[in-house]
Amino acid sequence: MSRIKEFNLPDLGEGLTEGEILAWLVKVGDVIELNQPIVEVETAKAAVEIPAKWAGQVRAIFHPEGTTVEVGTPIISIDTDPGAGPIEESTTGAPADALPTPSAASLAAVEIAPEEGMVEPGLIGGAAPGGRTAVLVGYGPRTTAAKRRPRKAGVPAQATAAPAAPVQAAPAAPVQAAPAPVAPAPVVAPVSPAPAVNGNRPAGGAVLAKPPVRRLARDLGVDLGTLTGSGPLGSITREDVQRAASGATAAAEPLTVAAPVPAVASFGADREQRIPVKGVRKLTAENMSRSAFTAPHVTEFLTVDVTRAMKALDRLRTRREWRDVRVSPLLLVAKAVLLAAKRYPMVNSTWAGDEIVVKDYVNLGIAAATERGLIVPNIKDAGRLSLRELADAMTELVQTAKTGKTSPANMSGGTFTITNVGVFGVDTGTPILPPGESAILAFGAVREMPWVHKGKVKPRLVTTLGLSFDHRIIDGELGSKFLRDVGDFLADPEAALLAWT
Amino acid sequence: MAKGDPGVPTRGRRAAPRSKQAASAAAGDPELVQLLTAEGERIESATGPDGTEYRVDFTDEEYRGLYRDLVLVRKLDAEATALQRQGELGLWASLLGQEAAQVGSGRALRTQDMAFPTYREHGVLYCRGIDPIMPLGLFRGVDQGGWDPNEFKFNMYTIVIGAQTLHATGYAMGVAIDGKTGTDDGEAVIAYFGDGATSQGDVNEAFVWASVFNAPLVFFCQNNQYAISEPLERQTRVPLYRRAGGYGFPGVRVDGNDVLATYAVTRHALDNARLGQGPSLIEAYTYRMGAHTTSDDPTRYRIASEVEAWQAKDPIARMKAFLTKQQIADESFFTEIDEQARTESVHLRERVLNMPNPEPVTMFDHVYPHGSPELDVQRAQFTKYMESFEGSAH
Repeated sequence: MSRIKEFNLPDLGEGLTEGEILAWLVKVGDVIELNQPIVEVETAKAAVEIPAKWAGQVRAIFHPEGTTVEVGTPIISIDTDPGAGPIEESTTGAPADALPTPSAASLAAVEIAPEEGMVEPGLIGGAAPGGRTAVLVGYGPRTTAAKRRPRKAGVPAQATAAPAAPVQAAPAAPVQAAPAPVAPAPVVAPVSPAPAVNGNRPAGGAVLAKPPVRRLARDLGVDLGTLTGSGPLGSITREDVQRAASGATAAAEPLTVAAPVPAVASFGADREQRIPVKGVRKLTAENMSRSAFTAPHVTEFLTVDVTRAMKALDRLRTRREWRDVRVSPLLLVAKAVLLAAKRYPMVNSTWAGDEIVVKDYVNLGIAAATERGLIVPNIKDAGRLSLRELADAMTELVQTAKTGKTSPANMSGGTFTITNVGVFGVDTGTPILPPGESAILAFGAVREMPWVHKGKVKPRLVTTLGLSFDHRIIDGELGSKFLRDVGDFLADPEAALLAWT
Repeated sequence: MAKGDPGVPTRGRRAAPRSKQAASAAAGDPELVQLLTAEGERIESATGPDGTEYRVDFTDEEYRGLYRDLVLVRKLDAEATALQRQGELGLWASLLGQEAAQVGSGRALRTQDMAFPTYREHGVLYCRGIDPIMPLGLFRGVDQGGWDPNEFKFNMYTIVIGAQTLHATGYAMGVAIDGKTGTDDGEAVIAYFGDGATSQGDVNEAFVWASVFNAPLVFFCQNNQYAISEPLERQTRVPLYRRAGGYGFPGVRVDGNDVLATYAVTRHALDNARLGQGPSLIEAYTYRMGAHTTSDDPTRYRIASEVEAWQAKDPIARMKAFLTKQQIADESFFTEIDEQARTESVHLRERVLNMPNPEPVTMFDHVYPHGSPELDVQRAQFTKYMESFEGSAH
């Protein structure tokens, strides 16, 4: 075996077909030990860390974070003997030369890469990650045995990919005896030198297209059913798909699907962009629609003069023991919620079908906008923390969220959530409940506004609170009292503290 | 395995001295039999709910042996988990956190005793002297578990939850019918299962049968608090060990993270069984530190603080603290054990990676002991079919 070893994404849980790369725990060049965690992968079943299969030096990482990768695809390559000096070319290409190159017949049967040098993985002759030469699909020959082996000579060469189709493999293109059968073989057989029927799609049949073309179409968001094929037997070719997608603008970068949703939208010829729904976006969508259509939401608003609270914060900041602590208005809102929840525990509950689960602990969720999308990490049992502990916990929570390192445990089990829409400069909103929670508070921007204070209109610092609650559990009276309490605290924190605690 | 016979508990019903009860109560749960606290403090003896007094008297060498077992079992288990993550095993059920329950009970077995495991008893398997690679072949899918249950007196892993308790009951009834009980060198049987299995009909049937037929059987329940994702309070409203009372045999709860107490309680229950005094239930109170299996994500149903609380009760840490305090072992010993564990786990990994894939035709080999004409025809057809492929060895 070569000293460069590639690690394929394994089936992490009994029959899974793909996993999403959540986070790389190593980077190219790192020296790693056997069983050192290298990557965090989320599957349909669990988010798990994968330990390194070999000790050595990370040579290449094939998929960025946020990518969904199919099981069996190489995700990392490791130099298992970095001390042995520079890698010779022959060693670099080891996976290719250790395995059979595609037969001449198979090469003849596929389109040749266009001159512009498209690097869409899977194009014959194109460059593939890891310095290998792509064969037909994927990143080159698999190092594992194929699921089906070719028959011996004498037995009709049956197209493994199209067992149902009549065997048309011409004598000129028998599948070459490959010592370790590779993916190309199945795709080759159907494209025998049969007369091309250009421009006609077989009536009634499924759309004809080779797997890499289908993949390309999927990546570019092209519906194959709408195309007319120009290839043999009316099959859809790579060019057909590209023409449909964009014409001249080569939108197909190697990692189009892989890359995280781009900040700047790139549009095709039809001036529409298609973004695959996955990861955090998918989860958010599921949670929001589930919540919106199961829990009857009511939203109430309250505008409060928070001038005193802001002054209290300033005084807090000047105290010696608080000097290094990050203090924000959100801290006071959190405190207000925790105190009010103690007075009205029903607000901190879950609808569980035939019963209502009221919780004595508040796992306080703070909605955070991150690069990965909206996440809601929570502070466990926040009601038991002192104000100082609460401030530290919030700072840590935000920083962890910003670096994208929030663990699943910290995102589950929330009981009440605050969403700080004020940081975006808006006044308020009607938030949707996170599933399993019965109330959520939107905290709007704090602005200087004309306000009647002691009988006169004065410029005061004012904010608007928006409380959404689950009307199955919380009646208007309870919701109003709770919101009123939060408002009272923010209007005069010192008095509320004295009165309630 | 040969531990001599240091752990014979004092039989009889006399009340324990007050100071000892106080020690046990101070350790937390008065229902829990404990001989080694989470801090590594040794308790001289502990009293069970029926008045039985439990104590152990190991030599220094034996104490160190138990520690070695615990560390090796944990390390090999961790290696298997890593191998699964690397795609070398289809699945793995980790025993992390339950080492003491398994080593304590496994070492309490005498040579002639028969054990019926679930799919998580890698520690008991190790104590029975079986090559630890055996379950890895099973979870790699290259064999069905390769050990001889009769040779090692350790049945095959049972995946069906609770089914093995009925197998064990039948086996134990057979032992009694064969007249192999009633003496000090009689045979006893132990059936392993988890807290989730106690909700199964099979286990309750096994309780009934073992009880009314006075089978020489120890029901050893590792209560690891979760039936996959369901917490204990969804399994029972009474402590599990008390269920035994309803079936008419004694039950005891032991600190399953205390290898010494687990040893003492199991040895006592097995000896009762071999003397013909019938079945009993042991609830080893422990915690599954890892996932149910590698396909499971425990962060979805339990909170980190709970796991941390159990971390403080770690079976190995308390044993290490005890050995250190009593000067039974020093740092060089611990280093040596860690090194041994590392070597053995690397060796295990290499052997797993080199496991040959079985020839498909071997599936016909063990259907009947003396073959059958029908099977021969099928084998011939299948062989011919396999030979039609490229690269066929035939």
